[in-house]
Amino acid sequence: MLNYIWLAMVILAIVLGGINGKIEAVTTAAIDAAAGAVTIAIGLIGVMALWLGLVKIMEDSGLMALVARALNPVMKRLFPDVPAGHPAMSSMTMNIAANMLGLNNAATPLGLKAMEDLEKLNKIPGVATNAMCTFLTINTGSVQLIPATMIGVMASAGSKDPTAIIGTTLAAGCAALIAGITTARLLEKLPVFAAKREAEKEAQ
Amino acid sequence: MITDFIRTVSTWAIPFFLVAVPIYGVFRKVKVYESFVEGAKGGIQTAVRIIPYLVAMLVAVGMLRAAGAIDMMANALAPVLGLLRFPVEILPLAIMRPLSGSGSMGIVTELISAHGPDSFIGRLAASAYGSTETTFYVLAVYFGAVGIRKTRHAVVAGLTADLVSLAAAVIVCRLAFL
Repeated sequence: MLNYIWLAMVILAIVLGGINGKIEAVTTAAIDAAAGAVTIAIGLIGVMALWLGLVKIMEDSGLMALVARALNPVMKRLFPDVPAGHPAMSSMTMNIAANMLGLNNAATPLGLKAMEDLEKLNKIPGVATNAMCTFLTINTGSVQLIPATMIGVMASAGSKDPTAIIGTTLAAGCAALIAGITTARLLEKLPVFAAKREAEKEAQ
Repeated sequence: MITDFIRTVSTWAIPFFLVAVPIYGVFRKVKVYESFVEGAKGGIQTAVRIIPYLVAMLVAVGMLRAAGAIDMMANALAPVLGLLRFPVEILPLAIMRPLSGSGSMGIVTELISAHGPDSFIGRLAASAYGSTETTFYVLAVYFGAVGIRKTRHAVVAGLTADLVSLAAAVIVCRLAFL
């Protein structure tokens, strides 16, 4: 899937850039984006290390298992393939909580930790599991209790009621979350998206 | 009231976490400093592992933006969606949102200053921005961290969620602000 999307993006950019006479800008953008990607990744090392360090203390002290057990009734419905009490359950729970509170600096490291925990359950390396796809869909949506960034933008633009968007943002976010999870859980059963099929294509 | 409460929780969540976790660790006889350092080591590997995925994704998105593709797609879609009474002013935002966080932030800010922060379009743009994440960025980073190349149904599910959040934002904002 991503093979085609990625190729389409690059081709479209070159063709449209040529038509619009912006081909030099396209070249510059490609080089800048490549350099920028490394800056983003390197910038992640510090926060990543901070959260992974804290999570390790949580694991060693049994706090992770406690978190996993507390939210198991909800999480086991969303992720039936993940065993109860698995570390992935706690890291996913913490990632979702951080997202809801709008703590982006914590959410990404915890989310990546969750992916690493989920990878331990993956039988076919390189191919996403059902749980990974559902978890990813939850993260591509956004259910924020307070959309702080946008409230800030509204306030600095001189809004008389910058918090008016809290309800509408939350409602749209919830709709997207439900739609995303439902879609993910339905599509995972389709033969076209079967993990084995992807693995066999890989082997050829 | 509730808003203030949630704000306070958000402000205190990380400091509380930073102190509560080590205290609980000591209480359970964990060598907290050693544990922390051991766990923190993983940060470097994870960050380095996502670089190729991030480069691939950000380069493609950067090229598309520089080519003026977002505006062209918006212009092509506008007549069709206009018939459905879709507010076409936010189309560039809707197309940019799953591709680039900074790009869509720029568009929202422009829309808000052009139409006014308390206008329908301003509020709709803000709600649409806040109700979803940068899908392709999340895809690259999260899957990249564990070396997943076959993403199966994740792209379709993520983009479906984006479309629904956009449609829901339009409907909810119409009900709330018009």
